[in-house]
Amino acid sequence: MTLLSVTDLSVHFPVRRQGLFRPRQFLRAVDQVSFDLPAGETLAIVGESGSGKTTAALAVARLVKAAGGSVKLDGLEILGTEGEALRQLRSTVQFIFQDPYSSLNPRRRAEELVREPLDSLTDKSPAEKQEIVDALFAAVGLRTEQQRLFPHQFSGGQRQRIGIARALATRPRLVICDEPVSALDVAVQAQILNLLRRLQEQFNLTYLFVSHDLGVVQHMSDTIAVMYMGRIVERADRMRLFNNPQHPYTAALLSAVPSVNAAARAAQKRILIPGDPPDPVDLPAGCRFANRCPLAREQCRTIEPDLTDTGAGHMAACHFPEETRTLRSPGVQTA
Amino acid sequence: MSLLSVKNLRIELSTRAGVAPVIDDLSFDLAAGEAISFVGESGCGKSMTALGLMGLLPEGIGRIAGGSITFDGEELTTASEARLRAIRGNDISMIFQEPMTSLNPVYTVGEQIAEVLREHQRLSRRAAWDMAAELLDAVRIPNAARRVSDYPFQMSGGQRQRVMIAMALACKPKILIADEPTTALDVTVQAQIFDLLRDLRRDIGSSIILITHDMGAVAEMADRVIVMYAGRKAELGPVETIISHPRHPYTKGLISCVPHIISPLTDAREELTEVPGIVPPLGEFGADACLFASRCAHVTDQCTSARPKPQMFEAQHEAECWHAEDL
Repeated sequence: MTLLSVTDLSVHFPVRRQGLFRPRQFLRAVDQVSFDLPAGETLAIVGESGSGKTTAALAVARLVKAAGGSVKLDGLEILGTEGEALRQLRSTVQFIFQDPYSSLNPRRRAEELVREPLDSLTDKSPAEKQEIVDALFAAVGLRTEQQRLFPHQFSGGQRQRIGIARALATRPRLVICDEPVSALDVAVQAQILNLLRRLQEQFNLTYLFVSHDLGVVQHMSDTIAVMYMGRIVERADRMRLFNNPQHPYTAALLSAVPSVNAAARAAQKRILIPGDPPDPVDLPAGCRFANRCPLAREQCRTIEPDLTDTGAGHMAACHFPEETRTLRSPGVQTA
Repeated sequence: MSLLSVKNLRIELSTRAGVAPVIDDLSFDLAAGEAISFVGESGCGKSMTALGLMGLLPEGIGRIAGGSITFDGEELTTASEARLRAIRGNDISMIFQEPMTSLNPVYTVGEQIAEVLREHQRLSRRAAWDMAAELLDAVRIPNAARRVSDYPFQMSGGQRQRVMIAMALACKPKILIADEPTTALDVTVQAQIFDLLRDLRRDIGSSIILITHDMGAVAEMADRVIVMYAGRKAELGPVETIISHPRHPYTKGLISCVPHIISPLTDAREELTEVPGIVPPLGEFGADACLFASRCAHVTDQCTSARPKPQMFEAQHEAECWHAEDL
């Protein structure tokens, strides 16, 4: 069953006008993004910095204003909600932030931090709240006596555990994880990733997982949406996307990840995408990836490809999706 | 003869709680043209090693308390500040972790690169500026002749890191120390920077010391690897040997705790191997015990009562673990 359904979501940021009488310009940080997320599953948005992945997640959580489109949670439109309805919504959609150092108020004790969503979004009695906080501390692997401590007395991994407990306090259905491990040390990342997967099972959570780390995404998600310059360029289930990418950008991203395995490294063909992404305020006419794409030809520079089904729900926004395969295996020639 | 030889190096930091050895009895050699990598979590002494080599330890807090650093036959631990200034940026140069904050925002990138050349190579203002443009071109910044008069804020993160590399390579150093050169960058940019470093190593013949926490980057870039834990060398050896058969449980943990890209991918999803706990605080460094013991699955009484002696294996592979033989 679909829990979250996002259709044509757009977020525009105004940029400074060049002159008084010039038209106002907008940066399309998120441009007509659509995806469905079934209950209990994980959808990952991957992309490089500036691709709009975090902005899309913030818009779903109503933490930035969407310029258009629709976001439905359980069939109910959430973009226009205000007042009490929005408050209710906040208790079903919660957020885990990237930086556990700046996302916890340094003057509050751990228990207050975890209790805060209960204070502001529910009207439970103090005893009930304490019971929930105790249970959450146990669930995320913190000891009861640590409830009285302040954030600076915890390590980075422990702080992220507090952030996770806080996100789970109101028993949300959708949890948005924005780069939950990228600020943590490598050895601690595994602890948090394992915890997130255990909690997903335990509380039947649905994750919208934002990350730039393809290894983490491969491990955590069921469906993956790859973003480039505000658009989804490819969307597919885990197996299809990693084993048979249909967009040259996805293939290039995968080939850029360093591998510890010598055999895999030898078999892997690096796909070079030289240059930098285009200016997001002044986008080119055709495909946004065309200036770096090894497959680009005339059509790509004039017509922007739509996200279309290349078979079995594997969506790609490319005029020549079948040619991506030729990039990956050096032997096959382009027809 | 090796280009750089570090023997029993000990670096101490004075903290409020007392003096702690952030580098405790570290020895290694670096041959000319070789790439060696330091890996470990934060707080294990990787960056301190680099700063120690450069003579850039935080003044009044950090000091070299023992051992020797010999570069090209010259002892660096006792060298004068003037001599170190002549070596830094000329024979040994460094790329820092944060390309966003390690460039001066009020000078153009050209001026910053030219400064190195004028200081060390005594080039004229004009010649240094032209050389700066050439260097920017060499690190593949498009339109280098024009971009040389850009300020750092006008460049992307990847471009700024290239500027840092251009600056570090300006005098064709014998050793290039890269301290997490790609941590703040995207994977595609990281791959470009690695390509660049590889090409430059081939063309100039510099030795590279790469500091990172990513085993993938090590495998891609280095010939040998030193795994650091709590200021001590946990394991040292050729990259392929250590990745295929780590002899220290910490190395094993570092390799297996990261979800690596699996290709071809299957439906199976195993739990990641966790290394429980975190790196001990500085106050516990220097104890006569294995500092990894509290996080280790193979711990025995011996581990908590005596510091492991280096155990030697084939192919110049050594591990400081009492149980290295059995792993």
